[in-house]
Amino acid sequence: MAMQFYASPEQVQRDRSEYARKGIARGRSAVVLTYEGGVLLVAENLTSLRKISELYDRIGFAAVGRYNEFESLRRAGVRMADLNGLAYDRRDVTGRALANAYTQTLGAIFSETQKPYEVEICVAQVGTSPESDELYRITYDGSVQDEPGFMAMGGSAEAISTVLKSRHDVAADLATALALAVEGLASVGGENGTPRTLGASQLEVAVLDRNRKGRTFRRIAGAALTTLLEGGKDEPEKEVGEAGDVAPPAPGEDKPTVSAASVDLEGKNEDPAEPADDTNGDGS
Amino acid sequence: MAAGFDPSGRLPDVFTNAGTSSFTQFLSLAAPEMLPGRRPLPPGLSADIAPHGTTIVAIATAEGVVMAGDRRATMGNLIASRDIEKVHPADAYSLIGIAGTAGIGIELMRLFQVELEHYEKIEGAMLSLDGKANRLAAMVRGNLGAAMQGLAVVPLFAGFDLSPSDPSRAGRIFSFDVAGGLYEETGYDAIGSGSLFAKSALKKKYRAGVSTQDAVRLAVEALYDAADDDTATGGPDLTRKIYPVVMTATADSTHRLTEAEINAVAEQVVAGRMENPGG
Repeated sequence: MAMQFYASPEQVQRDRSEYARKGIARGRSAVVLTYEGGVLLVAENLTSLRKISELYDRIGFAAVGRYNEFESLRRAGVRMADLNGLAYDRRDVTGRALANAYTQTLGAIFSETQKPYEVEICVAQVGTSPESDELYRITYDGSVQDEPGFMAMGGSAEAISTVLKSRHDVAADLATALALAVEGLASVGGENGTPRTLGASQLEVAVLDRNRKGRTFRRIAGAALTTLLEGGKDEPEKEVGEAGDVAPPAPGEDKPTVSAASVDLEGKNEDPAEPADDTNGDGS
Repeated sequence: MAAGFDPSGRLPDVFTNAGTSSFTQFLSLAAPEMLPGRRPLPPGLSADIAPHGTTIVAIATAEGVVMAGDRRATMGNLIASRDIEKVHPADAYSLIGIAGTAGIGIELMRLFQVELEHYEKIEGAMLSLDGKANRLAAMVRGNLGAAMQGLAVVPLFAGFDLSPSDPSRAGRIFSFDVAGGLYEETGYDAIGSGSLFAKSALKKKYRAGVSTQDAVRLAVEALYDAADDDTATGGPDLTRKIYPVVMTATADSTHRLTEAEINAVAEQVVAGRMENPGG
């Protein structure tokens, strides 16, 4: 009589965790931190596929890991936020409620399905002062942590966190906060442990602007980002109405030109089933 | 709470499925009872049970569009509200004005605002101005059943086209019929019971390429003329200091004229009519 396979529940959980962690560690990292003017979200990202986006008026989203998985979570978050905002009021949509929905969803996926999601996400809510900002880290198994003003996600999160922890300052201006975030991201992945240099084209940057009414999410890209990275002032801001002012790209401009899968194959690794070490499903 | 649909607390599949980028289509799966068109109405005509909003005018200018609405809502022969707001921003570059059953109009307008913002967040890009107008037409069409029972609502939509086919006509105006028909208007348009008089006034005074400042004045003049001849349209209320809501949409964004700005224009118009009642 053939022996039945048996794996203890502990072993199953361990295997799933290890699988998810490996998946997340293959991608490039992201950093979220508070500064004097709001919450800064920075991801290392070579493609036009987004890792950072807007969930609601004062709530942003950042994720690392497998693109299709965190994209479906992002959509779910936008849908939940818009549904609750319409049913109740815009003020009733909170980062904590979204974080709770994400932990329930990821927790259920982790324990019920064969393959856990290989994602780590951050729900960030900007408040009236840096102390009232909320950063929630939600991991592949549905655990959630309320982070103290800064966090790093991805493969080398611990090393990046060390950099952030030593110098994070809630009173810093945007250029200083961005310099710190970039320094953190650049501190890992270099040859022989030397820091890398990250330019504007390798970064995806957005802020939740504390001083703005209505929709606070704003992307910083192109020339504005280059100037800011060089320590210059951010572009002067326009005063706008309540409907929000996420600068809309001209039609077509923002469409992804690179498929999420194609970049995987650009690595040195010949075997498409095994992504090269520094690439991941999100194409970064 | 939407997150409570599933006993495990997990967001239901309809939230995480790829689906479309349309909020109303998502709503039709997740919470169909929240769509105005899906609501059953008792048989019979319901026209007199809810306040009605009236006149909205929109004018295309050299810089974009101006939209203005009076402040009156009526129920039969009664004034239900003297300070209702019927002109709102739809998103950062477009405006929506509503005439007809006020409650349904406001619900439609809120849903439309979420629809546009939702698409923008999901896709990372805005809908084109024509795309926005088509979405609104579909939503009006969805209300046809209620409209047949007297709860009609007809919007006026205007906005700044960020990629117009003709650069000199970036400010565009769209009108709708109760069955969801969509019509692009040239230069100016008005909706609501006073629209006949407002349009006649604009017909005589409107010139293509008018400046935003002049168009604001024209819009208030047109509303004055509408209020003059239509009982359901309220004129500038000098006693209570209630003046029309005037908004602009230009390359910068949408903007609502401040109380002080619109007070000044309205008082000029009223003073002008003291000397020359014909305008």
